[in-house]
Amino acid sequence: MVSEEFGFFIDPQRCIGCRSCVAACAECGTHRGHSMIHLDELDRLASTQTGPTVCMHCEDPICAMSCPADAIKRTEDGVVHASQKPRCVACQNCELSCPFGVPIVLPGLEQMLKCDLCYDRSSIGLKPMCATVCPSQALLFAPRHEVAAMRGSRPLREFVIGGLRIRTRNAIMVPDPEVPLNLDASILMEGGL
Amino acid sequence: MAHLPTDAAALRSRFGPHLNSAPPGGWDADPVPERTVETHCCFCGQQCGIKLKVAGNQVVGFDPWEAFPFNKGKLCPKGVKRYLQGGHPDRLLHAMKRTASGFEPMGWEEAMERTVAEITRIQDRYGKDAFAMLSGVSLTNEKSYLAGKFARLALGTRNLDYNGRLCMVSAGAGNKKAFGVDRAANSWEDIPLADVIWVTGANVAECAPITTDYIWRARDRGAKLIVVDPRITPLARTADLALPLRPGTDSALTNGILHLLDQWNLVDRDFVRDHTNGFDEALEAARACTPQWTSAVTGLPVAAIEKAARMWGEASTSFLLHARGIEHQSKGVENVNSCINMVLATGRIGRPGCGYATITGQGNGQGGREHGHKCDQLPGNRDIENPEHRAHICGVWGCTDEELPGKGLSAQEIMNAIHEGDIKGLLCLCFNPLVSLPDSTFTREALEKLEFFVSLDFFLSETAQHADIIFPSALHEEDDGTSTSAEGRVIRIRKAVEPPGEARTDWEILVELARRLGRGRFFDHFTSPGAIFQELRRASSGGTADYGGITYEKIEKQMGVFWPCPTEDHPGTPRLFEGGKFFHPDGRARFIPTPWRPPMEEVDADYPVWLTSGRVVFHYLSGTQTRRIGFLVEQCPHPYVEIHPRLAANLGIREGDATAVATRRGELVLPAKLVTTIRPDTVFIPYHWPGNLGANRLTARHLDPVSRIPEFKVSACRVTRTTPDRFPPELLELMALGRGE
Ligand code: SF4
Ligand code: SF4
Ligand code: SF4
Repeated sequence: MVSEEFGFFIDPQRCIGCRSCVAACAECGTHRGHSMIHLDELDRLASTQTGPTVCMHCEDPICAMSCPADAIKRTEDGVVHASQKPRCVACQNCELSCPFGVPIVLPGLEQMLKCDLCYDRSSIGLKPMCATVCPSQALLFAPRHEVAAMRGSRPLREFVIGGLRIRTRNAIMVPDPEVPLNLDASILMEGGL
Repeated sequence: MAHLPTDAAALRSRFGPHLNSAPPGGWDADPVPERTVETHCCFCGQQCGIKLKVAGNQVVGFDPWEAFPFNKGKLCPKGVKRYLQGGHPDRLLHAMKRTASGFEPMGWEEAMERTVAEITRIQDRYGKDAFAMLSGVSLTNEKSYLAGKFARLALGTRNLDYNGRLCMVSAGAGNKKAFGVDRAANSWEDIPLADVIWVTGANVAECAPITTDYIWRARDRGAKLIVVDPRITPLARTADLALPLRPGTDSALTNGILHLLDQWNLVDRDFVRDHTNGFDEALEAARACTPQWTSAVTGLPVAAIEKAARMWGEASTSFLLHARGIEHQSKGVENVNSCINMVLATGRIGRPGCGYATITGQGNGQGGREHGHKCDQLPGNRDIENPEHRAHICGVWGCTDEELPGKGLSAQEIMNAIHEGDIKGLLCLCFNPLVSLPDSTFTREALEKLEFFVSLDFFLSETAQHADIIFPSALHEEDDGTSTSAEGRVIRIRKAVEPPGEARTDWEILVELARRLGRGRFFDHFTSPGAIFQELRRASSGGTADYGGITYEKIEKQMGVFWPCPTEDHPGTPRLFEGGKFFHPDGRARFIPTPWRPPMEEVDADYPVWLTSGRVVFHYLSGTQTRRIGFLVEQCPHPYVEIHPRLAANLGIREGDATAVATRRGELVLPAKLVTTIRPDTVFIPYHWPGNLGANRLTARHLDPVSRIPEFKVSACRVTRTTPDRFPPELLELMALGRGE
């Protein structure tokens, strides 16, 4: 069981695009060689902003609801697991339905894989691999009640996507005030543009 | 003599870089680790703690070492994937000699005999100093110390220098001038306590990623962040104030700030009076640096300069961090001292939350500049020209003053002397000058002139390809020892596995060479790294970098010991200068006047654009190791030119276009990467690649007069659009790799 006391907080503001999370995810005991994290350069022309995407572990996971083979299970501790190999038919419904674009059906593997919060680690009191290594702690795994005191930003666990209200186990940190994404050195120079 | 023995493509196909992407036996092998070894990352100066998993004399993976206080398990991607170099197919397993058609394995005995015969021949014919040695600061403290002693007493040459010369020597020299000691003034624990953080010439997110979390922890408390850099780096993206100044104008800005601090009465006059000398002279040099003047020189708006001065001046605690951006210049030392002037003027040093540091770049960059493998230095950060310092070391080493050579040439000067024909032989250890020195065409010509070149390496680096004899040496995880992190924390490197094949540790190779050179009496007692460390402790005792009280046991117990640590009952010194006490004989710090002067090369009609270079997070320095690791290469397979869209539009360049960047030294053709996060008058190229992809084909050999560091960060270039058929073949190969072909 993963303690409810501990939450996973994703803070794109802090992300430096180093892909340590991607590198380390592939190294954990369950994912050997496959990373479950997507790391996107949002718009490299205009900014160095990068964004990590990990599974949000939804309270009512659409991936599981849309799975015809009932292969995706959510445990009591709010962790949504990767598909169960014997059941998964690799139909990609989960890939298409997840509002956060998380699950991956790897060619050749014929199974949906996704972040399971490093269940081998988090269920015995360790942090997920990505959150352990993340140099800037853009991926943070910490006691929920400590986070407010620790960070200037606000954890968001409820989203409205396509008219659907989604509550998640993991939180996204929202900065206040918002940080501009579009950066141009020439604006900051003498004479401007 | 030392031309490439065969063509570059043939060397590449045999010695790599090949990519290793999976642990030994592949991902499905999943070996059960027999043990984990608590050690440190082999790459950058932060020296993160890491646990290596070992099975069957191979490193098969890693575990985060969360108990280690500096990084608490955090790692950048290089640290995560470092274990993939262990069973790497490119590892050198036998001694090799150059033949007409390439390299051939040779017996250890023959390699030793030939090397000793050649060293002796060259020195008999041309004199001792005609044989030079270059070493690197990825070496442990033990090996750095041994390298210094080996060059002086086994080779008897004064021409020994190290690749820290290309890294932090400007910081070291500036620190010594101002503080009388060369070390970060604080442990990183003071960063989260600071109210304002000034980062200049440091791409912290990519070159010192773990440090970003320390800075964010301060910002969570409301600290302000000021970042000075021609590029808006990933850390600058969120800064309270980003100052994209013109390359080479750093001390103009810092002088301008000092001027304003004085004008606005934000100087801590009591601190200046009680604990420093030279304030008036430094201020005098900054007198003309009005905001208008500073704006004209740096290209920053007056309002931004004034805002920076207010933010810095009005804070109650602060931390200033700098790195190669300001140090890699022909006025690197002046840049460093002008930063320190800003720190001293506010008196914010030597107490909690107040500090100053250079972010050491190379793994043991800090320790490597303390133990005497610099051309002008003896262990304990002693001066090779100081008679008392010499006497102390002669006492420890058991040699006479006549046996101890004097000051020699620095790294670039050694290469210049090889080119001139004054130096005929070279031993190179853990240094890849062909990629890392400026003006690589010149470096290649120099290597080709050597009569004899012996290299110790674990992969065949671009420089080692020019060697006559190569000894296969050991990786970081194959040896014991200590290293000293950017913070000044001495830490323990633990051996995880034995070196493969006939590879041996650098210290074993050097000790055997010394013995065969007839100098065994100075080296025979070095039977382990621990034995070398015992002598290092004695040699450093009483010096500024005093390791006298540090033992392996104490390091393990305390998870590192900060020097100075003079006695065994001393806990070490995380924060220097407490109570305003500095290391100069009078206990006071020095303001150093830094009147502004332009860089050695400025833009003109022929070369109208500034060129600067730096690192990406996926590679380490000359890439000897990281260009061999699949994941790291896939994230950033090849160099590129960062250009602002406004400059690109003027030049008719679009994203991905073949772009020729030419300086007075040479030309590179690389794909363009259009980004608004760089000044429109400046282009940037990451420098980790060799040959036709090497940014150092373009840089100049101008040196800082004090630190002898080359001016890597400022050149004038011409940028033009060209056609893709001019992309070098090795670039096309790497581009295909990047597309997953
Ligand atoms: S984020 Fe996507 S994959 Fe994760 S639980 Fe929600 S729907 Fe499923
Ligand atoms: S490890 Fe952290 S900082 Fe690096 S890319 Fe992943 S989320 Fe971003
Ligand atoms: S390269 Fe530096 S930041 Fe990255 S893991 Fe190694 S020591 Fe840490």
